[in-house]
Amino acid sequence: MTNLIVELTKYLMIFFFALYTYEGFSAFRAKLSEKKRSRIYHRQLLLMYLIHLSAYLAVYAVTEDVKMVLFYLFQVLFTVIVMSCYHLLYENGSKLLVNHMCMLLLIGFIILTRLSFEDAVRQYVIAAGAFVLTLPVPYLVRSVGFMRRLTWLYAAVGLLGLLAVQLFGATSHGAKLSLKIAGISFQPSEFIKLVFVFFVACMLYERTDFLRVCLATAVAAAHVLILVLSRDLGGALIFFITYVVMLYVATKQLFYFAGGLLSGSIAAVIAYNLFSHVQIRVLAWRDPLSVIDNEGYQISQSLFAIGTGGWFGMGLYQGMPNRIPVVKEDFIFSAIAEELGGIFALCLLMVCMCCFFLFLNMAMQMKDQFYKLIALGLGVVYGFQVFLTVGGVTRFIPSTGVTLPLVSYGGSSLLASMMMFAIVQGLYVMRQDEGNADGSKNKKTGAKEKRKSGKTGFDSQVEKIS
Amino acid sequence: MVTYTFLAVFLCLMGYVTYFEFALSEQFINNPYNKRQELFTQKVIRGEIYSADGVTLAETIVDAEENEVRRYPCARIFSHIVGYSGHGTAGLEATANFSLLRSNIFYGEKVVSDLQGEKSPGDSVYTTLNYELQLQAFDALGHYDGAVVVLEPQTGRLLAMVSKPDFDPNTIGEDWEELVDEDNDRSELLNRATQGRYPPGSTFKIFTTLEYLREHPEDYTDYRFSCSGEYTEGHKTIHCYNNARHGSEDLKEAFANSCNSAYSSIGLELDLAQFHAMCESMLFDTDLPVAIESSKSSFVLEEGADTSAVMETAIGQGQTLVTPLHVALITGAIANDGVLMSPYVIDHVSDDRGVLVEQYTGKEYGRLMSSEEAAVLKEYMGYVIEAGTGRQLSNDRYEVYGKTGSAEFSTSSKASHSWFTGFAHQDGKPDIVVTVIVEDSGVGSEYAVPIAQEIFDAYYIE
Repeated sequence: MTNLIVELTKYLMIFFFALYTYEGFSAFRAKLSEKKRSRIYHRQLLLMYLIHLSAYLAVYAVTEDVKMVLFYLFQVLFTVIVMSCYHLLYENGSKLLVNHMCMLLLIGFIILTRLSFEDAVRQYVIAAGAFVLTLPVPYLVRSVGFMRRLTWLYAAVGLLGLLAVQLFGATSHGAKLSLKIAGISFQPSEFIKLVFVFFVACMLYERTDFLRVCLATAVAAAHVLILVLSRDLGGALIFFITYVVMLYVATKQLFYFAGGLLSGSIAAVIAYNLFSHVQIRVLAWRDPLSVIDNEGYQISQSLFAIGTGGWFGMGLYQGMPNRIPVVKEDFIFSAIAEELGGIFALCLLMVCMCCFFLFLNMAMQMKDQFYKLIALGLGVVYGFQVFLTVGGVTRFIPSTGVTLPLVSYGGSSLLASMMMFAIVQGLYVMRQDEGNADGSKNKKTGAKEKRKSGKTGFDSQVEKIS
Repeated sequence: MVTYTFLAVFLCLMGYVTYFEFALSEQFINNPYNKRQELFTQKVIRGEIYSADGVTLAETIVDAEENEVRRYPCARIFSHIVGYSGHGTAGLEATANFSLLRSNIFYGEKVVSDLQGEKSPGDSVYTTLNYELQLQAFDALGHYDGAVVVLEPQTGRLLAMVSKPDFDPNTIGEDWEELVDEDNDRSELLNRATQGRYPPGSTFKIFTTLEYLREHPEDYTDYRFSCSGEYTEGHKTIHCYNNARHGSEDLKEAFANSCNSAYSSIGLELDLAQFHAMCESMLFDTDLPVAIESSKSSFVLEEGADTSAVMETAIGQGQTLVTPLHVALITGAIANDGVLMSPYVIDHVSDDRGVLVEQYTGKEYGRLMSSEEAAVLKEYMGYVIEAGTGRQLSNDRYEVYGKTGSAEFSTSSKASHSWFTGFAHQDGKPDIVVTVIVEDSGVGSEYAVPIAQEIFDAYYIE
């Protein structure tokens, strides 16, 4: 009987999640009435709860532990509170983004419950705390005007924070990532990613003359260098790409973009020849099975998991995801693919893409260059991090050891990701204000946007709001 | 632009994940390191393994108390190639593990057995192995240690693979301690056909000849050598077998006579760097393209090696080591106009009701030599049977092409391993390659050739 429930819910979850993903993309369609749009959000909400319920049915069927039922109810409560708070406080925020945030959090809870109940509970507590902490963020983004004047504070916090990790940080899995303060260990680089985006936006939103670009580049390079020295390759890559993209959009000069990528590639080649740990990663990527006893162990286990899971997955508790080292953090995607199935994992990737497009869409819509760059920077941080982790665990690219935002286990990652979503939510709210502020102007830009939306399709939602 | 770039990157990633699930996953699922295969044993009764002519090679018997016992009706005859499952897995039981533990029966049936808590029957593996030939090879090798490989050069189908000493897979559990005992130097568990590394002896002259052909594409027919039974260069003297004087001979005759004197002198003429590169391209120091466990053959002769090493290597002594399967593959490439077919053992997998799940067919590994080179080697190997060391294989029922060899493996004794590798042709039947090594016996023509003959006869005449 247990088997049947696990099998049945497995297919149900795939079906519901596929529908959910479809709805997520269909919300991007250009011509949608307010009514239809709101119906999409409600259907998504229903699907989300159905997926969640199916998952915990399977969890309970296997464990027969009342704790699980309790935990399930707590999660439902949490989701209801998050939804209500956002809808009440930020009526004009992006409902799609809130849905996705909750969906990703719930998927994280589900797979973490299966991997380790204690950690799942911990993750839940952190998520609840992070929610309380980040709830005022959209409001603050809108009302605090001096954010754009703190350029050098951002730079100082960023560099000193990274330096502190490099000097006093604890080493885990070969990289220095975390600091321990008052018994709580956290990863500053997760937050400094956001601070860094603010710094670059501050530097480049007004002027982009050569001197300014040089200065910004020097500070950005210092960030990346410290991360490379801390052996945090994934972090270094995210900072680097984010900077190059932001620089390109701010200056609109392809020269900077090409030059950035070129120098990045040269730096990568140098790093490859200089550091043995880079060579090991590349070796494990090229032929993991040949070095399965050492360097390739982790990635091989990940591929075994994804491969054996197949399209439909093994079902919750039916696989061996715990055989993958660091599965809860960097390799959570493999665990999901193994037990919930390749289709489910692909849908998850698409939902992440959806979030990424919502971020970039915001960047396109903002008229204020500062906020435009913020939205863009956060979008790139998020999108590139998703790419690195999913690409890494599936052997599309060498593994760099980064987390999947909102899904992976880890307090710093979770708090930083929720903060990121909250900031973008704030921008959505602000975009709406911008629209209300000057009605006459709105007509012109509205027409302009309509032409644009014909091309991209992603603009429509915001256009609707404005 | 940023959006589109990222969109493209994400689409590539999704495309890759899809491709991985469709095409790449099998190789990872099937990896013996993948402990997830054990999960399947809880839901599926391990499937059967059959020979191409329908003989059951492995099956699982479930008794009244639902205890499962893996049984091997042919016991020792197929011990290495079929392998065992129980004390770990080996042979086909290892490579086809995933297929045997997968059940492709109708989904509704699976749900029903799930509900009733019953196991589903696993898929069956149908091999390319020919029971009659395997039995013939097994009997012919007799009480000798060694190995026999029989395969179809035009397809890569493996028809028989025998390795001795053997073991009984039915009693692997009871015998385990003894088999892996430190004092046991017989290594019964080793599949000598794929993992045994032997000095190639005169079979290596195939490679030396090929290198000579490549260095003298125009005038190799002009080659002449006057054999006086031994050949000396510096402090090294190489003797022909029994110090036989072969007199004046061309390359074809030197090959057929397996003339050590001629070949050690040829070795000294060769460009060693090119020789080394040629051997590497002939699968030396390379993983063989086969799914079962195999060892790499090794060719050890660097540029600037001393005279005696060059002379010994050219006649297949020295430090060169080959696996019987490797020799069989090269022979197969010669038989197939220079193109090597990757060998395979699994013909198809079917579910419990006989519905086809997956069909395997021969895959080309690549061209190892030009068809002209293959033709010359074939002609020479034909002459070995016609007028050389393989004369006893000469008959009017089928054509044989081959090379004999005796490899000295110890400096202290005169004992040697006896080799034969060759192929035969008869209109209307697929060609077969037969490679035989008989350990610690004597010259190839006396021990290995008769075994090959029994197999050829069994295949072409009976």
